[in-house]
Amino acid sequence: MSTLTFPENNSRRKKLSQKIAFAFCFALSLCIVLVLACILLFIIVKGIRVINWDFISQPPADGMTGGGILPAIIGTLYLMLGSAIVSFPIGIMSGIYMNEYATNGKLVRFIRMMTNNLAGIPSIVFGLFGMAIFVNYLDFGDSIIAGSLTLGLLSLPVIIRTTEEALKDIPDSMREGSRALGATQLQTIWNVILPMAVPRIITGLILSMGRVSGETAPILFTCAAYFLPQLPGSIFDQCMALPYHLYVLATSGTDLEKQQPIAYGTALVLIIIVLFINLAANAIRKYFANKVKTN
Amino acid sequence: MEIIKAQNVNFYYGSFHALKNISMDIEEKSVVAFIGPSGCGKSTFLRLFNRMNDLIPKTRLEGQILINGQNIYGKNVQVDQLRKEVGMVFQRPNPFPKSIYENVAYGLKVNGIKDPNVIEERVVESLKGAALWEEVKDKLKKSAYALSGGQQQRLCIARAMAVSPQILLMDEPASALDPISTSKIEELIRELKKQVTIVIVTHNMQQASRVSDRTAFFYMGEMVEYGRTKDIFTNPEKEATQNYITGRFG
Repeated sequence: MSTLTFPENNSRRKKLSQKIAFAFCFALSLCIVLVLACILLFIIVKGIRVINWDFISQPPADGMTGGGILPAIIGTLYLMLGSAIVSFPIGIMSGIYMNEYATNGKLVRFIRMMTNNLAGIPSIVFGLFGMAIFVNYLDFGDSIIAGSLTLGLLSLPVIIRTTEEALKDIPDSMREGSRALGATQLQTIWNVILPMAVPRIITGLILSMGRVSGETAPILFTCAAYFLPQLPGSIFDQCMALPYHLYVLATSGTDLEKQQPIAYGTALVLIIIVLFINLAANAIRKYFANKVKTN
Repeated sequence: MEIIKAQNVNFYYGSFHALKNISMDIEEKSVVAFIGPSGCGKSTFLRLFNRMNDLIPKTRLEGQILINGQNIYGKNVQVDQLRKEVGMVFQRPNPFPKSIYENVAYGLKVNGIKDPNVIEERVVESLKGAALWEEVKDKLKKSAYALSGGQQQRLCIARAMAVSPQILLMDEPASALDPISTSKIEELIRELKKQVTIVIVTHNMQQASRVSDRTAFFYMGEMVEYGRTKDIFTNPEKEATQNYITGRFG
């Protein structure tokens, strides 16, 4: 027994340094929560006053110093839907190709590098590209379809990346187990691999939708209307959008003072939409995760 | 009659020569065990019989493997069809994250069987055949992950047997299991050999001597010795085999 000694001083010092490190990490994490809480609180306090049924069911009125923001809400929803139609299939299928089919390592690395580069391009450049290609060259004009295509391109990298990562996490023993029973590669992906990856893929899709709903620059030259009292009638019409409307209310217009509360109300609506999508996504993800586990 | 005939098989992972000139005949409805130290090529050889090594890039095969007289690496062979005839059970139980029932039904469904009555009949039959029916008959809709490791492995055997293969390959099927589960698997092997030819890779020499009719000893990519299990374990011809089974190396 006498050979076993525990130097107390040393261990006390170790404990103290542990405590300091943990406290530091905790304080920093708390900071992030605080910043988020501040932003939310600020928007809510400033914006809640203008929010009522008329605000979300009426178009702007009186030179945008009154009325509601219905066309902007609808426009943003259209753009989200449109860009989802563009980017979900392409993104998911690219991710599947990269992780499941492609055997040429060099090609995959090249595609992955380009995808990452795409993610790094500033969104205003996407806007310029969309204007050159979709608005002018393909002659869609400023329209929902041009905006959707531009936003779709913008959200592709996130979708491809998360799909790829989700598939990569599925152990090869699942693929081998399925192939060993005589299933083709497509059957294996469709019946075993994708259902397991769906919860994480959905997360990626939702993240991309959150980004799409908040982007201003890509729709600036491709779609967004300064003011449209009526709702768009077809995908070749322009539309209003919440982030651009917010920008307009805050920087131009007839009376910036009067517009300010409406701007905060618009911001609040935008945040609520994104929050709602995130909650819905969580519910969907949990539903699929449970299904995978127990079915 | 031989169901599997390997002729002068050489196999390469890139430039690594993993299997060296192996020839072997395997009798129908017998149990053949592959033994040898880790990395000797026994699993690689096993995975050639259902072309599972095709999934690994940069591999190359020389020589022929005939199953029922047909070269399974021939041009017109449908690999998916081959794998239906040559089932496989892996080292770690790998049930799908589906219900117990769906796990067994999966192989039937991907092979185009749609009639739910036929599927149900085959599922029940396979679970009984894998000595699992009594334990799971009341929870077929429950997740396969709720089963113990040993039960999961028997589920994987039931899953493989559901598509009525002629040959069942087992890659160390009991190495991740406890002794009781292991003895259940061994019992099952003795039962299943009435229906199928079984090739089993094992690290456990007692297991090889208990379940197999013939044993092949692999070392450094070569098949050192292949013969009746009784002879291999009591009176091996080669010194390397003798050394391995008496535990002097490996």
